[in-house]
Amino acid sequence: MFPELNNLLNITPDRAEQGKLTLLCDAKTDGSFLVHHFLSFYLKANCKVCFVALIQSFSHYNIVGQKLGVSLTAARECGQLVFLEGLKSSVDVFFRAQAEPHPLQFLREADAGNLQPLYEFVREALKPVDDGQAAWRCPVLLVDDLSVLLSLGLGAVAVLDFIHYCRVAVCWERKGNIVALAHDSGDGEDKENDILLNGLSHQSHLILRAEGLATGFCRDVHGQLRILWRTPSQPTAQRDGSLTYQYKIQDKSVSFFAKGMSPAVL
Amino acid sequence: MAAVATCGTGAGSTGSVVATTSENNVTSFQRKGPRASGTDSGCSRLVSIAGTRPSVRNGQLLVSTGLPALDQLLGGGLAVGTVLLIEEDKYNIYSSLLFKYFLAEGIINGHTLLVASAKEDPADILQELPAPLLDDNYKKDLDEDICNHQTPDSNIKMKIAWRYQLLPKMESGPVSSSRFGHYYDASKRMPRELIETSKWHGFFFPEKLSSTLNKEPCSLTHGYRRLLQFIQKVIYEEGFDGSNPQKKQKNILRIGIQNLGSPLWGDDICCTENCDNSHSLTKFLYVLRGLLRTSLSACIITMPTHLIQNKAIIARVTNLSDTVVGLESFIGSERETNPLYKDYHGLIHIRQIPRLNNLIYDVSDVKDLAFKLKRKLFTIERLHLPPDLSDTVSRSSKQDLAESSKLLGPGCGMMAGGKQHLDF
Repeated sequence: MFPELNNLLNITPDRAEQGKLTLLCDAKTDGSFLVHHFLSFYLKANCKVCFVALIQSFSHYNIVGQKLGVSLTAARECGQLVFLEGLKSSVDVFFRAQAEPHPLQFLREADAGNLQPLYEFVREALKPVDDGQAAWRCPVLLVDDLSVLLSLGLGAVAVLDFIHYCRVAVCWERKGNIVALAHDSGDGEDKENDILLNGLSHQSHLILRAEGLATGFCRDVHGQLRILWRTPSQPTAQRDGSLTYQYKIQDKSVSFFAKGMSPAVL
Repeated sequence: MAAVATCGTGAGSTGSVVATTSENNVTSFQRKGPRASGTDSGCSRLVSIAGTRPSVRNGQLLVSTGLPALDQLLGGGLAVGTVLLIEEDKYNIYSSLLFKYFLAEGIINGHTLLVASAKEDPADILQELPAPLLDDNYKKDLDEDICNHQTPDSNIKMKIAWRYQLLPKMESGPVSSSRFGHYYDASKRMPRELIETSKWHGFFFPEKLSSTLNKEPCSLTHGYRRLLQFIQKVIYEEGFDGSNPQKKQKNILRIGIQNLGSPLWGDDICCTENCDNSHSLTKFLYVLRGLLRTSLSACIITMPTHLIQNKAIIARVTNLSDTVVGLESFIGSERETNPLYKDYHGLIHIRQIPRLNNLIYDVSDVKDLAFKLKRKLFTIERLHLPPDLSDTVSRSSKQDLAESSKLLGPGCGMMAGGKQHLDF
C-alpha cells in the first residue's frame, strides 16, 4: 500500500469504497506496482480477497507484500485471501489426466470456450460464510492480469463476459470491489486486446493508467499515472475528472509528483 | 580481482582504471548477501550449487548466461526459474552464439542440459560449443585480443579530454575468474571429453515426429505438446522439481530451445497474419513458465521475431517471458556501411528485465548498447559515436548520421518511443 496513492485517490483502508470496478492499465511500462498496492490495501482494509494471479508465482507476491507490510501466507491461512496461482495450476491442468474440473480447465480444451469455471471459483471463494466469528468486510476480486487470458486462447468477449458476471456477483450482489489489470499495447496492432480494453474502460468506475514516458527512459521518473474517475459524484475530482502525475518506484513505496516536479529536476 | 595488463605504454594507468571500474561495479552498494563477485563463500544460506549465486537484490538464485557482460546488464545473471528470450538477428548468427554460450556455461558448471531444436540435431549443437577460456590461458588470450583491437593511441594518457578516461567500460575483461560466468573462445571447440562427461537430453523435433500422432483434443500444435511433455518428463524424472526428494546433490537444468515459433516447429505464425493456432506459442510459453517456476531450471529461447507476421503476438510473447533481449545485426542492412557503426557488428536491446520479488528491477543506465564479435570474444559495449576528425563540419554523411542516431531512440528499453516533445 502506497500512502501517496491513497491520498491521490482519496481513500484509506478504513473507508474503502464499495461496489466499484477499478481498471488498472499499463502502456509501455510495467503497471504491476498498482496490483501490489491494491492487494495490500484490501488486505489491510480487512476485506475478503480473491486473487487470480496469472502472471507471477505466490512467493513473488508474498515477498513484495511483506515489503508493503502484509503477509500473504498469514492471510491465506486465516481464510482472508483465496489465491489462485495460474502458473502452477497450468502445469497441473496440462499434464494431469482429465479428472476433476479446474477453474483454469480451458487450458486443456481445444477451443477455449468460456470462463465459467473460473467465475464459479470466484463466486465460491467470495461466498459469505455464516460461522460468525471471522467477519470480513466487503469481498474483493483482484486479477493480474486479464491480457494473459487472451494469450491463453480466450476471446475478448469471453473475458468481458467473465468480468460482467463477476460485476454482478461481486460488485452488485455483495457490494464488493473488482480490480483488474490489463496491458495496453498502444499501437493498435492487437485488435482483441483493444476490444477488451475498451470494453473494460466502458464498465469501470475508476481507471488508473500507468504509461511510460513518451520521451523514453529516465532514471528518476519511471512513468506517469493518469487517474480517471468515471463517476461524476466524486467531489474531489476536477471538472474533467482526470489527473496526471509522474511517479518514481522505490524499494518499498512509490512517490508521486506533479508533472515536471521531479526532485531530480528541481 | 585480476587487473588486466594491457599492452602498450600507458599500461599502468589504463590497467588500474579497468581494475577499479570492474570492482566498482560489483561492490557499489550491497544490502545483504555475499559479495557479488561470485566467491561462493557466502552462499551457505542457500543451497550451494556450482555455477549459481544469490542475487544481491532479491535473493533469487542466479545462473550465468555464459556471457558475463550480459549478466551484468541483466542485474547479475538469469534467475533460476525464469525464461530468457533472445530475439534473433536476421541471419541467426549472433543469437545462436548466445545460445551456445548459455549451454557451454552449463557444461562447465556440470549442469544438466536439455537442448531442443527443430533444425539441427542437438548432438551436433553440442559439438559446436565454444571452448572456455579457463583460468590459466584466458588471460593470455584476452590480452592478445585486446591488443589486437585497441588502437595504440587509446592507451596514451589523455591530455585534453582527460575526463573521458574515467568513463567506465561496459565490458573490459573478466569481472571474476571464479565459478560464476566464464568467457568462451568462439574460435575453438569445447573439448570432447567435457561434453562426453556432461549429462544432456536432446529433443530433435523431426525424430519425435515419426512417432504416432494420437489426436488428443489439445489446442497446442503437435511439436509444442511433445516438447512440453519431454521437458516435464525430464524435470520430473530427474527430480528438478524438488518434489522428488533425492539424496544426491541438487543441480540446475538448463533448457535451450532453438528457433521457437519458426515454421520448422510446425507453427504457422510466421506464414500468415491470421492463423488458426496463433495461441499455440503463447500457451506453450505459459505452461513452460509454469514448469520452470516450480523447478530448478533456467531456459533460453531464441525466436525469429522478424518472421512473425502478426506483431500483436510479439507483444504477447514479451509479456509472457521474463527477460527479453533483442539482437539486431548490421549484416545486410544499410547500417553495415554506415560510418557511425563501423566499430560494431550490431545493436543489442535489453527489452525487458523481470521484477522478481521486488517492485523495482536492476536497470543499467546505458540503453544504447552495441555488440561486436572479435576473433575470439563476443563483447557488449556502450555505443558511442566515432570522433569527427575532419576540419570542416561538412562531412558528407553528417546528415545521415544524425538521422540514424535518431533511430537509436526506440532502443531505450521498455520505455520506447523517441517522440519530439519533452516531458519535463
